[in-house]
Amino acid sequence: MIDRSLNVLQRHERSPFLLMFNPKGIRRVLSLVLFFGLWQLLCTIKFNLFINFAFLPSPLEVLGSTFQFFSNNPMLHIWASAVRVLSGFAIASVVGISLGILIGWFQQIEDLIFPPLEILRPIPAVAWIPLAILMFPSSESGMIYITFIGAFFPILISTIRGVENTDLLLLRVGQCLGAKPWHLFKDIVVPGAMPSIASGLVIGMGNAWFCLVTAEILAGRYGIGYLTWESYVTSNYPPIVMGMLLIGLMGASSTYAVDQLTRLLMPWRVTKKQSL
Amino acid sequence: MTTLADISSVQTLKGFVEIENLSVSFQRKGHTVQVLDSINLQLRPGEFACLLGPSGCGKSTILNVIAGFIKPTSGCVVIDKQQVSGPGADRGFVFQQYSLLPWKTTFENVEFGLKIRGVPKSERQELVNDYLNRVGLYKHRHSYPHQLSGGMQQRASIIRALVNSPSVLLMDEPFAALDAQTRQMMRELLLSIWSHLKTTVIFVTHDIEEAVFLSDKIFVMGFNPGNIKAKIDVSLERPRHTDSFLSPEFITLSRQVFELIREETLKSMALN
Repeated sequence: MIDRSLNVLQRHERSPFLLMFNPKGIRRVLSLVLFFGLWQLLCTIKFNLFINFAFLPSPLEVLGSTFQFFSNNPMLHIWASAVRVLSGFAIASVVGISLGILIGWFQQIEDLIFPPLEILRPIPAVAWIPLAILMFPSSESGMIYITFIGAFFPILISTIRGVENTDLLLLRVGQCLGAKPWHLFKDIVVPGAMPSIASGLVIGMGNAWFCLVTAEILAGRYGIGYLTWESYVTSNYPPIVMGMLLIGLMGASSTYAVDQLTRLLMPWRVTKKQSL
Repeated sequence: MTTLADISSVQTLKGFVEIENLSVSFQRKGHTVQVLDSINLQLRPGEFACLLGPSGCGKSTILNVIAGFIKPTSGCVVIDKQQVSGPGADRGFVFQQYSLLPWKTTFENVEFGLKIRGVPKSERQELVNDYLNRVGLYKHRHSYPHQLSGGMQQRASIIRALVNSPSVLLMDEPFAALDAQTRQMMRELLLSIWSHLKTTVIFVTHDIEEAVFLSDKIFVMGFNPGNIKAKIDVSLERPRHTDSFLSPEFITLSRQVFELIREETLKSMALN
């Protein structure tokens, strides 16, 4: 079959530690080294051809402000941001998955609640700031709302698609075994939609971090996004880049965590990727 | 009080299949396409019947009507005096495509029907393990479908249907996707299980030798619209095995069926 003819690499069969030393791990470390090396080089030579690197904080300057950040109660900011993002993400997961399953499975529910959601979907998080201030009792809940907006729609849409793409053959299998609608739903529709829901969660987690700076414009004295925004207002550039990288790093690691967790829930899944 | 004899006589009564004047037509682009034209067919409990015909003759449609997936345009299907109105566990189905639920292990797949019916866990376990043993899948009971070969998956699909002791087992070209050797092994395995359980079987195929090898009765189907052209009784002695293919009786029968089907196949080729 296909697996035999392709040079196939089974994923996550080795520990992350060992991954560092195999060709794949080396390639990945190399890509990071190249990225920061090139950036440092461009800053050092004050590269200025259409894109100007002359005034850009170099990786070493960013490293300096990172040291400063970590020597001055960093967990306060990290914790504040993580709580906002994770709360927004958690609420978005619960609401997005349950609404998505209902919309995907029942035509009437789709007709009743999907149209307004489609109109709200393209609105960027930043546009919600004034309304978030008006609608929510505290700035904290407003900020959680903004991260929720980021995570909600990808989770909703992926869940709807997953449920809609239920295999007719498998539904027939269930019916021939005497399954009532509830069994079809619980044992066939929902597990069948799981891979799609999982990718919605992965994208949603990334988007929640994506909206963090926007959320923390709203108010607050703590948070990575707040710090980034604050440094911009005071024209202090190295901490901005540090904030950006920190958000990237935390976003990437929480996305990785979501990916691994959803994989644990689907031991039956085969994921294979062709290696070069 | 019911005696053992009563129970067994009740059990042997299970599996009457009657199809009366069954017609099916579909609306396609404003035209009415007749797929099946007044099909009549009767089976006694424990009979093994094959529906044989060229592709597109509507043999799978008959199976889908019996299963309750498709509503007949006119006529009806009656199983054990009950008119079919929708899908149900009294008619087991083995599909051509691999159809195990990917998120359930072999054991859980076979167990699914019993679990739905609320059969107690210990009873379920005993029954499922017994069936898994019969088809040599006990070792693989904790494997997921993607870890099984095609033949194993179809074996699991067959016992998944049979474990619910259906009145009739419907099989839609279940071995078509397998390689020739596996296919023959599966036919023999199917016959050996069937000889123990004596479930009524309706088996759809386009393979003449397969039909002759397996069945008690072959219904040769005609083309456009689908109809039953001939009913052939197969009296080859059982148990049957690979050597049965070489017996003069087998060869005569196959040739007879081939002549019958040839004309229909030519018709279908001309139309395609």
